[in-house]
Amino acid sequence: MMPEQLIDIFLLVFLAVISIAIVRIRDVFAAVMLFGIYSLVSASLFMMLDAADVGFTEAAVGAGISTILMLATLGLVGREKEKPLVKERIKLLPLAIVLVTGATLVYGIVDLPPFGAADNPAQMHVAPRYVFESMSEIDVPNFVTAVLASYRGFDTLGEVVVIFTAGIGVLLLIGGRRRKEESADE
Amino acid sequence: MSGLGIWNYVIIIFLMMTGLYMVISSSNLVKKLIGLNVFQTSVFFMYISFGYITGGSGPLYNENVVLYANPLTHVLILTAIVVGVATTAVGLALTIRIKESFGTIEEDDLHKMDSSL
Amino acid sequence: MNDHVILRVVGKFLIPYVMLFGLYVQFHGDFGPGGGFQAGVIFASAFVIHTLLFGVRSTQKIAPQWILQVVSSAGVLLYAGVGVASLLLGANYLDYDVLGAYPVAGQHLGIILVELGVGLTVASTIMLMFFAFAARGEPEGDAP
Repeated sequence: MMPEQLIDIFLLVFLAVISIAIVRIRDVFAAVMLFGIYSLVSASLFMMLDAADVGFTEAAVGAGISTILMLATLGLVGREKEKPLVKERIKLLPLAIVLVTGATLVYGIVDLPPFGAADNPAQMHVAPRYVFESMSEIDVPNFVTAVLASYRGFDTLGEVVVIFTAGIGVLLLIGGRRRKEESADE
Repeated sequence: MSGLGIWNYVIIIFLMMTGLYMVISSSNLVKKLIGLNVFQTSVFFMYISFGYITGGSGPLYNENVVLYANPLTHVLILTAIVVGVATTAVGLALTIRIKESFGTIEEDDLHKMDSSL
Repeated sequence: MNDHVILRVVGKFLIPYVMLFGLYVQFHGDFGPGGGFQAGVIFASAFVIHTLLFGVRSTQKIAPQWILQVVSSAGVLLYAGVGVASLLLGANYLDYDVLGAYPVAGQHLGIILVELGVGLTVASTIMLMFFAFAARGEPEGDAP
């Protein structure tokens, strides 16, 4: 088996183990650090699947900004341990839901097109036009930037507005200094 | 489908279900947000797996290459990652305000406090 | 962080290089992996390092809140403004072909301006969010 496929298999197993560890661990600080590791390993997996831009963004945003914001929240909220669920009856229901949904989705894998084939339906309709006409129409070597900024410019405008709105939302929620004496401003 | 393909999709579904389980059943609000991020990342994997071509190269123009990975899936996932971090930031800000108002971020205590008001 | 000398020295040394790398990723988004989002996040993380080392107040002296708010709004305005400029020149909204002498030049100019707008907004918004989180626990007044 080629070494790339071995690396793929190993990274996927690593991700599954990390996700189980995040579920089982009760210390929230440790869960946040494991989430940072999860994000970094998934960035490496994106690189293995030939997605350089996406891996770059996932490493910067997931392992960088998301982890930092969660750690800042933990600094403000307190590093408590999560309570174990007291009633066993409640714990079984989410597990049952998740197992049934997972089994249905695994059953649906049979209908998926083969992994990595060049004539999949996803590669057929618009993607050849983006790849082959992009150099003559836009002349930018990075196809992802060409599609992001020019062919699909509206989506990127919406995305910039979304992150701007999230910034406004965060400023409205926790922008001011917390005043300990006043409790009437909530 | 080859063995690697089936293994790929099975692990993706496993990660999706783990994230979903954390969102449904965690009682700590920050762990719920972590579970949401795990779920989102597994969906990104699925999209990138759809766009992957065996023997192709990354979507960067090179004269010697004829087979490129699908750039459309990469663009959709770039947007989704940024929207995901925006959602996480607002969720964490809400968590801080909940802690300041109620004193706790465990969901069971919050339900008790809310229903007793 | 007064007693972590190594962290302070190395962090202070790294901050300009991180900013430079962010600018490199922004302007070379056409030729390699990169673009506005990655560049904005990397640029903001330089300020995050500064905050971790020297505290929120000293970092907010470098990047005051009102400047960040103006810059993030300016990024969105720049993006939408490129579209309006295309409208005024007679083509559809966000059609970059009319922005230059011939279509390929117009596309180049449009993509550079649009990515600049994206990078400005993402960097300043992430800095604003991080400062809001970090300053929430600080007491009132000028305590260091």
